[in-house]
Amino acid sequence: MINKILAKMEDAFSGLKDSATIMVGGFGGSGIPHDLIDCLVQQDARDLVIITNNAGSGETGIAALLKARRVRKIICSYPRMADSHHFETLYRSKQIELELVPQGNLAERIRAQGAGLGGFFTQTAYGTLLAHGKETRLINGKNYVFETPLAADFALIRALRADRYGNLVYRKAARNFGPVMATAAKTTIAQVSEIVEIGEIDPETVVTPGIFVKHVALVRG
Amino acid sequence: MSQTNLKPITRNEIAQKIALHIDEGSYVNLGIGMPTLVANYLPKDKDIFLHSENGILGMGPAPEKGQEDWDLINAGKQPVTLEPGGAFFHQADSFAMMRGGHLDICVLGAFQVSQTGDLASWHTGEADAIPAVGGAMDLAVGAKKTFVMMEHQTKDGVSKLVEKCSYPLTGVACVAMVFTDLGIFEITPQGFVVKELFNGMSIETVQAVTQAQLIKGN
Repeated sequence: MINKILAKMEDAFSGLKDSATIMVGGFGGSGIPHDLIDCLVQQDARDLVIITNNAGSGETGIAALLKARRVRKIICSYPRMADSHHFETLYRSKQIELELVPQGNLAERIRAQGAGLGGFFTQTAYGTLLAHGKETRLINGKNYVFETPLAADFALIRALRADRYGNLVYRKAARNFGPVMATAAKTTIAQVSEIVEIGEIDPETVVTPGIFVKHVALVRG
Repeated sequence: MSQTNLKPITRNEIAQKIALHIDEGSYVNLGIGMPTLVANYLPKDKDIFLHSENGILGMGPAPEKGQEDWDLINAGKQPVTLEPGGAFFHQADSFAMMRGGHLDICVLGAFQVSQTGDLASWHTGEADAIPAVGGAMDLAVGAKKTFVMMEHQTKDGVSKLVEKCSYPLTGVACVAMVFTDLGIFEITPQGFVVKELFNGMSIETVQAVTQAQLIKGN
């Protein structure tokens, strides 16, 4: 019997090594898999590369990971938020590398990896600093920039509900990066607040089919 | 240059002017900051669909105090509501709406707009500034029409309508119209064409505080 629901959350991180690349879902404060991040902080892996939209704020989530000095590089679209002081301190003292990616490129580069594509051409960022040094092409009279896929060893995402096959349903705008990140990592771990029996999620409403999910961590509340 | 002849309108009045340029049935993204004011002036009796890049169509106003749902926030990370008939979707779909040319209008703030429609809005280029771009580059080139909403001059009285942007670009030749506190300007192959100047100001008055050449409209 297949059961992707974890007995112990830390079991999901057994293959984690130094220098691993980890995608973390969430936008602002919504859809952040806080308990999975806390569990990641407790693992001893260092020099991590984090792919996420924001660089955390306050003391929790991504900020806690930065504070623990586990991150070598962050790939994100918008690191500057209210109270993102841990990122700011590390960035200004050159103790963290930043790869700034337009948010649509971030989503699409992740999607490309998940769909097995070798990259794509986009008009976004053409003629700007963020396209500097990248291949360009004129297509149907418009200028495009070549962008490469983003892969990860782990994706940590948050959903509302799962079954033991790993089928996921999300809640409102907390969905954000979850469904694309789930497709692009070798190991996707979903933090959910409800588990239901097989067949209880209407197949018409499954957002992330279980094929993309390796582990489910139930965190109530 | 004398600033005393200037009769600027307020930010809320600029928002009202922009709202008049948004037709029923439009799918619209309002950027973070000043552009969010436009939502307050969209006609309530018309169906206009607000898009939020974190994955919402049919975004409604802020909830009443105590009704906040932190899984339902806008691009500025503030709590919002969902209108009946609204929808949620993931980031790749949300940016397909933006990058695929499905949004009719986006309204963005800016540091500078050039007479060829270049937009500078994301980075001052200062050495210690922390760069952050979010969805601005995707929106600027993806929406069918990009409107800019900004003050005409910086606080120090420097023109934000320029021949060529000095700040790093957000997008090349992507702006259709600029709405400032002094007037409305359309980007044409000839440059900035004046569509409207507020409070009876003359083109000479506004030209005096504008670095780029203004062209008289019809």
